[in-house]
Amino acid sequence: MAQAFFGGVHPHDMKAATNEKAIEQLAPPAEVVIPMSMHFGAPCTPLVKAGDHVKVGQKIGEFRGLGAPIHASVSGTVKAVEPRPYSMGGNMTSVVIENDFQDELSEEVVAPADPDALTVDEMVEAVKNAGIVGMGGATFPTHVKISGGIGKVDTVIINGAECEPYITGDHRTMLERPEEIIGGCKYLAKMFGVDKVIIGVEDNKQNGIDAMNKVIAETNAPVVVEPLRCRYPQGGEKQLCQAITGKQVPPGGLPSNIGCAVFNINTTCAIYRAITKGMPVVNKIVTVSGSGVIEPKNIECPIGTPVSCLFDACGGLKDGTYKIIAGGPMMGMAQYTADVPVGKGTGAMLAFCEKEEQTVEHPQCIRCGKCVAACPVHLEPLFMYQYAEKGMVDELNEAHIMDCMECGACAYACPARMHLTQMFKTGKQLVKDKAAADKAAAEAKKAKEEKEAVNK
Amino acid sequence: MTDYKNLKLIATSNPHIRSNETTRSIMLDVIIAMLPTLVWAIIWFGVKALTLTAVSVIGCMFWEWLYRKLMKKPQSVGDLSAVVTGMLLAFVCPVTTPYWMIIIGGFFSIVVVKQLFGGIGKNFVNPALAGRAFLLGSYAGVMTTWIDATQNKAPLMGSTADIITAATPLAYMKTGNMAGLTETYSVVDMFLGKTGGSLGEISAAMLILGGLYLIWRKVINWQTPVAYIATVAVLSFLFPKAGSGLDWMLYSVFGGGLMLGAFFMATDYATSPVTKKGQLIFGIGCGLFTVLIRYFGSYNEGVCYSIMVMNLCVALIDKYTKPTRFGVVKSDKKEAAAK
Repeated sequence: MAQAFFGGVHPHDMKAATNEKAIEQLAPPAEVVIPMSMHFGAPCTPLVKAGDHVKVGQKIGEFRGLGAPIHASVSGTVKAVEPRPYSMGGNMTSVVIENDFQDELSEEVVAPADPDALTVDEMVEAVKNAGIVGMGGATFPTHVKISGGIGKVDTVIINGAECEPYITGDHRTMLERPEEIIGGCKYLAKMFGVDKVIIGVEDNKQNGIDAMNKVIAETNAPVVVEPLRCRYPQGGEKQLCQAITGKQVPPGGLPSNIGCAVFNINTTCAIYRAITKGMPVVNKIVTVSGSGVIEPKNIECPIGTPVSCLFDACGGLKDGTYKIIAGGPMMGMAQYTADVPVGKGTGAMLAFCEKEEQTVEHPQCIRCGKCVAACPVHLEPLFMYQYAEKGMVDELNEAHIMDCMECGACAYACPARMHLTQMFKTGKQLVKDKAAADKAAAEAKKAKEEKEAVNK
Repeated sequence: MTDYKNLKLIATSNPHIRSNETTRSIMLDVIIAMLPTLVWAIIWFGVKALTLTAVSVIGCMFWEWLYRKLMKKPQSVGDLSAVVTGMLLAFVCPVTTPYWMIIIGGFFSIVVVKQLFGGIGKNFVNPALAGRAFLLGSYAGVMTTWIDATQNKAPLMGSTADIITAATPLAYMKTGNMAGLTETYSVVDMFLGKTGGSLGEISAAMLILGGLYLIWRKVINWQTPVAYIATVAVLSFLFPKAGSGLDWMLYSVFGGGLMLGAFFMATDYATSPVTKKGQLIFGIGCGLFTVLIRYFGSYNEGVCYSIMVMNLCVALIDKYTKPTRFGVVKSDKKEAAAK
């Protein structure tokens, strides 16, 4: 079994609520709201306007620069193109589609005659056209990761750690669609030109490991499953690379710097569907769970489904629900409204009605050092907190605050209940603001000097 | 069905769950770990051990409550850290210490050392040890009177003028009188705690039991106590003042406040380094100063002062034991340094 990375924490996994529940198909929602930003990078430009008729899989948003295209997830009429709340916070231009329940597939979706005969470039093109992004939540455009990694990458890793508590979507996929995962792995191996793909899975999903191993044996696929010791944040890209290869990604670098490329389980399935069927990303598996949900479930729904539909499919919310989280409890984002839609990176929708956070009124650091032991990127959160609190930007830089990935392990472990992660978000902003101010000042000075030189 | 428009949602930063461990639960664990030692002190010294500890605890809690009240700061008595300080303060005083004196010691520990510097986590020397040092400086006679528990128990109230006293093992060791020491106390006596000394320092067995509990509960790391005790053991084995190296080592390790200091004082979060590497260095430093003071200082015991000296080095140790930045391998670091 692969040795875990340095640090981390071991929260109660809370997966028992949903890990034996098969993925359910959601009854088609009457309306979907598709935000034009569901990826890392600039938002897409909408290609449709109110009144247009769209079909499933039709491209409705085109990306510029870094990004991925966006497709209609149901067929029907575009009701509006307007800013709507979305799960990343604030509002985003969204295409609102009224479902006609015809489920018509767009003519743009064309399956290749022989998927196995495609060249590497054609496969990357298929991934790009399908709008695939990192489905684990990072939402980095997958075609960029692949084309940027070809030639540099010798270790292709599939991320099946699913280390966040509550979430079981990847686990269920391993059990119910192992052939899609293994099929996706085969195409990834072909694209990167490697002779094996490693799937890293935490050992609390033994039956998932068995299901995939069965398919690997039957199809003689170039894939190995590596069980990992449970530890959060094992599913962090850099931590997974470290657990599997023993190598560390350099500061500010990417896994490709150490010859690795990491893809989520459902991203791999999406790659498989894109290459074999030409199918873009229009559905998402979401774990709906937490103390506020009456009957927790794993649900597959069209992208853009309002989360209230998901909760309704789970019997609704309990009285006293005070928090809705898009994503897991460690890194997910708390929502201020239930109007947000499911995006490509939404792996879970949690509702809490009990006091899971156990906050205290006046947190006081006791210097126990548990945050230092918990930090997977070797930072010293207790000192960073003091610097950020006092606005000491130079000290924050020296403490490498920009290495912080906001995984929340330090704050989870903190017995004094300090708001560490929150303070580091503030601290990072301070650092960015200072860098921008310094740059502007330097430019102004340069301009002034040039002007003076001209005047002389 | 749920009324989604009227949900009262709060949107706070991640993480949205926290471990069950709290400052209070940690302090409670420390209190539990000290109970075996307290029980042994009651058996060996009499009920005064219990009443003195209780008075010390109540005193410390009162000072903490009063200071926070007068300064209009949020109350912090509930975190139980004042209880821990109160127990430790009683543990490092002779059982014959008058009640009023330990209340004064508590004032120094809680108000001067802890609260004036900002309260829990902000003090830079161990409050209980500083309280003891303060009392030792102010009432040297009382603080160095060691009752002979085999002859008489400590009186609950009143004068201690006519109690029978005895020399502690460390007093024998100071003069290098190994013959007198082995005659008075066997190694087993030393381990179990059938000797003279401060209220809570005599029984190595009970202190080790409590220390193992703290390590098992992950309240403390093994680095500090192991480095501390091992340093004292190695140095005393190599440089015995009298007798064989092994004898001298065993008496050095089980004698005085070493076990109490190593498990309960040097591991104090606020006044020890935050990294495991730093804690190793801290423990070695404590061991070194303990042996130096015991050998060359004017006091018999060096544990209290050695820890306080090392407390002052914590900021320095923290500065030079920062974890290696993630993704930077050692050879890179050397190259960067060479440039």
